[in-house]
Amino acid sequence: MRREIPLIITAVVGIAFVIQYFIPHSPFDRFEQLFSDWFFIIAACAIWLGALNLLKLSIIKVQRQKKDWQYSVIVIVSWLTMAIAGFAGGRGFQTPGTAFDWLYVNIYTPLSATMFAILAFFVASASYRAFRARNVQATLLLVAGFLVMMGRVLFDDIFFAPLGWDFQPLSEISSFIMNYPNLAGQRAIMIGIALGTVSTALRIMLGIERSYLGGGD
Amino acid sequence: MIRIAVTTLLIIAVTCALASAQEDTIQVVTDTLSDSALAVIQPEVPSPAGKVLVNDTPNDNGGSVQINWTASADDTDGRIERYEIERKEVNASDDTYKVIGDATAGQTRITDNYAENGVEYVYRVVAVSLAQAGDGEMLEVKSYSESSAIVKASAQWFNTNRTVVLIFALVIGSLIVNYISQARKGKDLFIRKIAGLEAVDEAVGRATEMGKKIYYVPGTQDMENIQTIAGVTILGRVARLAAQYETDLDVPVSRSLVMVTAREIVKEAYMNVGRPDAFHEDTVHYLTDDQFGYAAAIDGMVVREKPATIFYMGAFYAESLILAETGNSIGAIQIAGTAMPAQLPFFVAACDYTLIGEELFAASAYLSKEPKLLGSLKGQDISKGLILAVIAIGVIIQTLGVYDFASLFRIAAD
Amino acid sequence: MGFWDKMLAIDRRWIFLFVGLSLLIPMSLGIETKLSISPETAGLFDVYENLPPGSKVLMSFDYDPPSAPELQPMADAAVKYAFMHDLKLIIMGLWPQGPLQAEISIQRALDSPELKDKEVEYGVDYVNLGFQAGNEFVIQRMGSDFREAFAMDIRGNRYEDIPILKNVKNFSNIDFAFNFSAGYPGTVEWVQVAVDRYDVVLGAGNTAVQAPLAYPYLGAGQLVGLLGGMRGGAEFEVATGFSAKATVFMLSQTFAHAIVILFIIVGNVAYAITGRGKSKLEADR
Repeated sequence: MRREIPLIITAVVGIAFVIQYFIPHSPFDRFEQLFSDWFFIIAACAIWLGALNLLKLSIIKVQRQKKDWQYSVIVIVSWLTMAIAGFAGGRGFQTPGTAFDWLYVNIYTPLSATMFAILAFFVASASYRAFRARNVQATLLLVAGFLVMMGRVLFDDIFFAPLGWDFQPLSEISSFIMNYPNLAGQRAIMIGIALGTVSTALRIMLGIERSYLGGGD
Repeated sequence: MIRIAVTTLLIIAVTCALASAQEDTIQVVTDTLSDSALAVIQPEVPSPAGKVLVNDTPNDNGGSVQINWTASADDTDGRIERYEIERKEVNASDDTYKVIGDATAGQTRITDNYAENGVEYVYRVVAVSLAQAGDGEMLEVKSYSESSAIVKASAQWFNTNRTVVLIFALVIGSLIVNYISQARKGKDLFIRKIAGLEAVDEAVGRATEMGKKIYYVPGTQDMENIQTIAGVTILGRVARLAAQYETDLDVPVSRSLVMVTAREIVKEAYMNVGRPDAFHEDTVHYLTDDQFGYAAAIDGMVVREKPATIFYMGAFYAESLILAETGNSIGAIQIAGTAMPAQLPFFVAACDYTLIGEELFAASAYLSKEPKLLGSLKGQDISKGLILAVIAIGVIIQTLGVYDFASLFRIAAD
Repeated sequence: MGFWDKMLAIDRRWIFLFVGLSLLIPMSLGIETKLSISPETAGLFDVYENLPPGSKVLMSFDYDPPSAPELQPMADAAVKYAFMHDLKLIIMGLWPQGPLQAEISIQRALDSPELKDKEVEYGVDYVNLGFQAGNEFVIQRMGSDFREAFAMDIRGNRYEDIPILKNVKNFSNIDFAFNFSAGYPGTVEWVQVAVDRYDVVLGAGNTAVQAPLAYPYLGAGQLVGLLGGMRGGAEFEVATGFSAKATVFMLSQTFAHAIVILFIIVGNVAYAITGRGKSKLEADR
């Protein structure tokens, strides 16, 4: 029964969700929002599982002075600081002027933006390594990449605008590549993904795919 | 004195007569007006809105009526301030008309979302313009359209906008189920080689030989995402290999529910190969829900611990390249799989092997070689062939201009 | 090891250094660049510019700090323009950090020299309704009644007590909607629910990665305009007359792209001269 009950729940809820998509009549119209709300509530409550797990592991690491325990000190201090600032702020904890808001604007925002900005450097190093004209297809990819990169910035304004051209060749080519070959390829991949999703969902609903429950089939 | 009194009485009488004669078609707001203002009112009446067409909103749960009307002739020269839409029950008197909404000038459509199912209503549209009285005060001048036909809101049992989706769902679903049952009967099914999945054994073996860890990153989304489910399914297979080879496995996760699920999967995998003692709960551990906090944490761990093998299986966003490039910098073997089209190029550039889109969903069938799972892949492939055929036919028909083939597949908004 | 072998195996930190310099140096030079405005941006600005004073503009901030470099400049320009031209702003977010990013835009606008002497009052000229969980269901609820989605604003004031929201029941009382989106939920959901069902007039700003997904909606007329990435932000700054960060950063971005292209060319030359590299598994064997 330990495995049968979750399988039955999965099948019933899965089928209900498929049906509700086609039936606007109540109560089916409320299913999606209802289940979505339930999921948000469960996920919001479950966050404590993860947060406390993180705190527990960090404290153990510090206590036992395991390798790189110093980073765990930072984790604990950050965790407690944000949690206390948030709770101390009450309902309006996000209002400008609160401690939480200060931490958000002056610490969290710059750190997040920095991590995202690292992408610029990583894109450069990944491109340097990956864009090799090994064969015809790779060369085509390389040329397309060049044209799209040049079309997205000021090359047209720097090189062609002073010639008095209204036409922006690099932007136009870049738009063409993004709107036609690139979009076609993306759509083809998305069709495959959609079919894969349908197949996986059917396998889960029919109880054929059971690994997500844990272990054996 | 008598002349003044009579003149005043005459003016009042004429004003009242005019007001009562036209009360069905115009109404001038006069409550706050002075007598002198009243005396010089001659408001220009706007043309009323044209024919009011009403219908029950289709494909909904009822309680909604769509009202369309022809704009007032005065709308084009900007004389109309707004339209008010009024409603009453069919057998009620005209003075029970109540305003249920308004629309700006130029609009000719509104939806009444507060109609009661089964109750018969009629609607009318009031064109409102502003007129200036003698003393400079602005007055609202209204003119009323004819009442609409009777309409009743009701709920529907089938959303006809989604018929084409139902047809496709039934066809594709039937194909998949059919091939699953064929596979159950023992039919041999071919599956092509997927390089990334062929390399899983070797990648785990490499970590074992080097005495280093395997990192498994199951994406940054929660369990409601099918890619995460696919990711944790593959985790079960990788965990089994790690347990067999006695290789350290580390699974940092971004969601609490994923942590709970992944822990169960890894525990079962260790038990199934007879190594329950080797399992530690902390193998699967939570980091943070925050996208870049998660990426930063994993990057730090990867740079310090230098795992030999890293798997990225699930849904990723912008953090994909940050993770993959860091793993590449320490020389780890990286096998990625995601169904996020925007992130695939980054994984292809930075990882050794990438499972593209549906290959991620096929991984479970591929690694287990179970006939039922392989059958579903076959059904999926046949469905894709069908879609390709429809696209080819559609392109030809549409290009030749014979028929608007695409309109057969258009799903109108609800 | 020859020069080209070294180039093929170059330490990625050299690449990081050159990219870093290509970003920093143009910023410090203060060169003014002339930027042309694309039809996508012009379409959006035309509609925004023609909103009469007092028009109600709904702004949905659907992004978080990592996407701020791309989206914050356009949001800053839009908010500042709204305050300058007496447009009434109703701010909300489908991402938790969105409304906080909005507060940053508001503060920057109020601190700017152009608005120094102007009285902009919370609750009268703008309101921040905050974040609501539920993704596209929030938009759906707003279609009937904004109060169903936002009973209170971010400061805890009740919806009914906020002057700017006095005659605002649902989308039919909104003159224009502006969405800043970095992913899901975002522009696609706004189009599919607000535009398709409630005829909202919608303009959008997206990150460069997300913008291609919104182009079909632009082509279909469901979006009046689309600002894509930092370029879109820079164009919008120019259009509104408040050239700021995005315009300055475009030159840096141009130089960075040029450096990346140069490195790729060098890498290919090195590859052609020295031959192919090995995969890690091949190397291990």
